Amino acid sequence: MFNTGSELIKLCNEKNKKISEIVIEKELLNSGIKYDELMNRMKEILKTMENSSKYSLDKEVVSVSRLTGGNAIKVEEYKNTHKTICGDIINSAMAMALSTSEVNASMGKIVAAPTAGASGIVPAALFTVKNRLNLSDEDIISGLFTAAGIGEIVARNATVSGAEGGCQAECGVASAMAAAAVVELAGGSVESSLDAASFCIINVMGLVCDPVAGLVEYPCALRNASGVANALISADLALAGVKSLVPFDEVVEAMYKVGKLLPESLRETALGGIADTETGREAKKRI
Amino acid sequence: MKNYSVFDILGPIMIGPSSSHTAGAARIGKIARELADDSFYRVTFYLHGSFAKTYKGHGTDKALVAGILGMNPSDERIRDSLQIAKDKGIEIEFIEEDLGYVHPNTVKILFHYKNLEDYYVIGSSIGGGNVIITNINGTDIEFSGDYPTILIKYNDRKGVISRISSILSNHDINIATMKVTRENKIATMITELDSAIEDGIIDEIASLEEIIYITGINPIER
Repeated sequence: MFNTGSELIKLCNEKNKKISEIVIEKELLNSGIKYDELMNRMKEILKTMENSSKYSLDKEVVSVSRLTGGNAIKVEEYKNTHKTICGDIINSAMAMALSTSEVNASMGKIVAAPTAGASGIVPAALFTVKNRLNLSDEDIISGLFTAAGIGEIVARNATVSGAEGGCQAECGVASAMAAAAVVELAGGSVESSLDAASFCIINVMGLVCDPVAGLVEYPCALRNASGVANALISADLALAGVKSLVPFDEVVEAMYKVGKLLPESLRETALGGIADTETGREAKKRI
Repeated sequence: MKNYSVFDILGPIMIGPSSSHTAGAARIGKIARELADDSFYRVTFYLHGSFAKTYKGHGTDKALVAGILGMNPSDERIRDSLQIAKDKGIEIEFIEEDLGYVHPNTVKILFHYKNLEDYYVIGSSIGGGNVIITNINGTDIEFSGDYPTILIKYNDRKGVISRISSILSNHDINIATMKVTRENKIATMITELDSAIEDGIIDEIASLEEIIYITGINPIER
């Protein structure tokens, strides 16, 4: 039904429908499964996301390697007891993103969104707007379809794999998915959703994948925290009426080209960037 | 271009931290358990390449043990699998080893028995939770565990393949793929099927006089 962002915008405008509605129609058509089954599967996704976003907020969760962890609860407690710089919304969102990342690194259950490494961003953004705008679970489920639709366009035309495109393709795309959903849930237009998605990717164009010791922990969790902030500020920019000069499809193409230009050492091999620092190499030896 | 589903983007629901080092490892372990007799008392895992280098940090060891205990890749008990194995009295051993020209994420799983001969399975985790099994007890094979699969060793005589396929068709089962290789007049057949294997089918094929060995497994959850 749609392969690109421009086709998605056209379809939404022709049928006077939201992105989520078009994505649901497409999924029903392609998969042949019934509406109720589709919704039940997405509810299961939502439930897992809800658990992982909250799990580490009130306990110290340490990774299997023992290299990282315990940061979600720090940010959550800081938010509750201090006059923070960025306020409750950004701090709470970062805490939730860190929570899912910590659950992942400690062998807990998460939803890859679009990957395990970037799994904290979409849920943290959606639960943040749920609280902010008093939305229902049904609203958040429609947001998940919007997010998935944006991810599908990137997967089709570029990549969502860190080994292929670097972190911009994982955390950057997760932020783009989240931002588009947030804009729709806040009542923004289809065009604004895609503008917000574009901003997210533009903000981290060229971001490399350089996990210390090859583990999905550091700097991954930090980039989930900054990734949800990226999603929320990009959504606000778009909702304020800021337009992306370069359309989403071209931004995705640029991201893909940049990913291909990255040397292999900066694409998940743990041979460059933060992984290849004195401390990074030392950490690898320890585990 | 591939047709993506929303669940390719939001999913799978999985145990972290890595689909290839954790979920894939659990699947290889589970396939190996389904293939082997489950009266083993000790299991040795030979880890190759990236599995050998990062298994502790990725929890590959826990995922493999969970698999041989019969857990699925989404089982939240994976993180406790080493203790669960201990409680069941199963001895576990990990050895880092160069297994030769194989995929970087490869493991050889060797089952030890008190009353049976050792049994081993070699498998690779090839990304996104996908796996391939490449060797069983020295016989090179290749299957993914995505389909119901039957493995048969038999004395190579005329008509065996046709008798096996008649049994399958009598049970209204369609063959998805079939691969036959031969060494010293002993043939190895791997057949992937479109519908689940019921117990009776394996027994019926096993009753053919040429059959030396047969086992079947149903698909392993992602």
